[in-house]
Amino acid sequence: MSITDLDLYSQAILLLAGLIALTSFLMLGQSRLVRLVFIFAVQGALLAGATAMAAGVLDYPHLYISAGLSLLLKGIIIPLLLHRLIHRMGLHREMDTIDHPARLMMGGTALVVFSYYVSLPIVQHSTLVTLNAIAVSLAVVLLGMLLMISRRQAVAHVVGFMSIENGLFFAAVVSTYGMPMVVELGVAFDVLVAAVVFGVFFFQIRASIDSLNVDRLSKLSEAEQ
Amino acid sequence: MDWIMAILEDLLFIAAAPLLAGWIKRVKCRLQNRKPPSLLQPYRDLLKLYRKQPILPHPASWIFRAAPYVVFAATVAAAGFVPLVAVDLPTARIADVIVLVGFFALARTFLVLAGMDIGTAFGGMGSSREMTIASLAEPAMLMAVFTLAMSAHTTNLSQAMNYVLDTGLVLRPSFVFALGGLMLVAIAETGRIPVDNPATHLELTMIHEAMILEYSGRWLALIEWASQIKLMLYGVLIANIFFPWGIARDFSPEALGLGVGMIVLKLGLLAILLVLSEAVFAKMRIFRVQEYLSFAYLLSVLGLLSHIILEAARVHH
Repeated sequence: MSITDLDLYSQAILLLAGLIALTSFLMLGQSRLVRLVFIFAVQGALLAGATAMAAGVLDYPHLYISAGLSLLLKGIIIPLLLHRLIHRMGLHREMDTIDHPARLMMGGTALVVFSYYVSLPIVQHSTLVTLNAIAVSLAVVLLGMLLMISRRQAVAHVVGFMSIENGLFFAAVVSTYGMPMVVELGVAFDVLVAAVVFGVFFFQIRASIDSLNVDRLSKLSEAEQ
Repeated sequence: MDWIMAILEDLLFIAAAPLLAGWIKRVKCRLQNRKPPSLLQPYRDLLKLYRKQPILPHPASWIFRAAPYVVFAATVAAAGFVPLVAVDLPTARIADVIVLVGFFALARTFLVLAGMDIGTAFGGMGSSREMTIASLAEPAMLMAVFTLAMSAHTTNLSQAMNYVLDTGLVLRPSFVFALGGLMLVAIAETGRIPVDNPATHLELTMIHEAMILEYSGRWLALIEWASQIKLMLYGVLIANIFFPWGIARDFSPEALGLGVGMIVLKLGLLAILLVLSEAVFAKMRIFRVQEYLSFAYLLSVLGLLSHIILEAARVHH
């Protein structure tokens, strides 16, 4: 089955999957924290859009609820929380240095190819239309990890972590039509609580090392600073 | 009949290019609250330049004199390969996108050689910058073309357009990425903001202007005209590959009329989009162009990958 045989809504889901992967790459290349959070919000909104589309195509009304939930939490509330935190800590003008942007992007592309290769056996044994997007969701998870590895700012780590959650949620939507409602609600509120806890942690980290640059955490004594 | 149509279309292409440039200028003036010049101003400028006596710098060799003609001829030939109003042209059948990129490269090579030929500092600087940008933009453009070719199974433009017309509206992720990549490349290659500013003669920022600084008279007119045609070429490529609807599939008067109307509409809208992006973005430092073009490349590669991952036919066991 190729894309020309699908109806427009299924095509739109695949298109949104592509755009979600693009937002992951944009996050990887973005060194300003405020914009990073904004792209994260866009990813959340795209995710909600894809979920709502899937709900319409598959006629699974409970997916509408998770779409609304992810729009509210990942598209609005968590980005706003992070945004406020960045402003309160005076980080909105700070640039995180990305050491080798071109190498990072090549690594990201390699991760996409890898996740395609890994998910190929799963995809080939199924007739589910949207399953093609499972490679993308795996890639979003891996790209979120790459974002966490490559950055020094704690805020960027949190965004990377949240985007890993986005990838897992997307995988659930495209492969099993979403998780049971109880699980989904639990995960959603876990993420919200995590965002709040991370906020507290930011202040803790800053109080102890006077910066959010986690590289400084590896220094044992304050004497050499 | 076919060949007459092809030649007529090429002539129309060449004749309409300054009009597009005039339209862009006009929209830009409106956005900046200035009084716009007439739509025909680029024609008047070209005519004025054509009438003036060209001045040949002392150290110039034959390359300097030949370059404007080579640049113009290569651009006109390239315009012949791109279907403007009708799809099935014999000229479009004999050449594909890779030949088109090759003609652009030929024109660019001669412009760069001419920039270095007279031995001024500006010429050499502009040439080196142009080559730097071109070496980064060309792979991105070819990747976008390959993305298109993977869906349409051809690199030939008229066949690709026919394919898109036949399949109707399909929301392809790969086309969206290729469109984004090609738009970024088009902005870089035609020297618009944020890569180059066509309206400036400020020494340290110019690229295209630095190369042609010593040209005057009819040679300058030819080069300016060629760059207007190139701008329109990219516009037509984007409009007709990704949104080919309305293009004439036979040579009946109604179809041709609709084709002309649609391409005018599409180019007009694209020009407004270009001007809006120029109003929003500031020109970037030359050392950041590399980041910009690697983003274009990334988009094209993602297009290629998303074609394989999301769109390709699956085999059921």
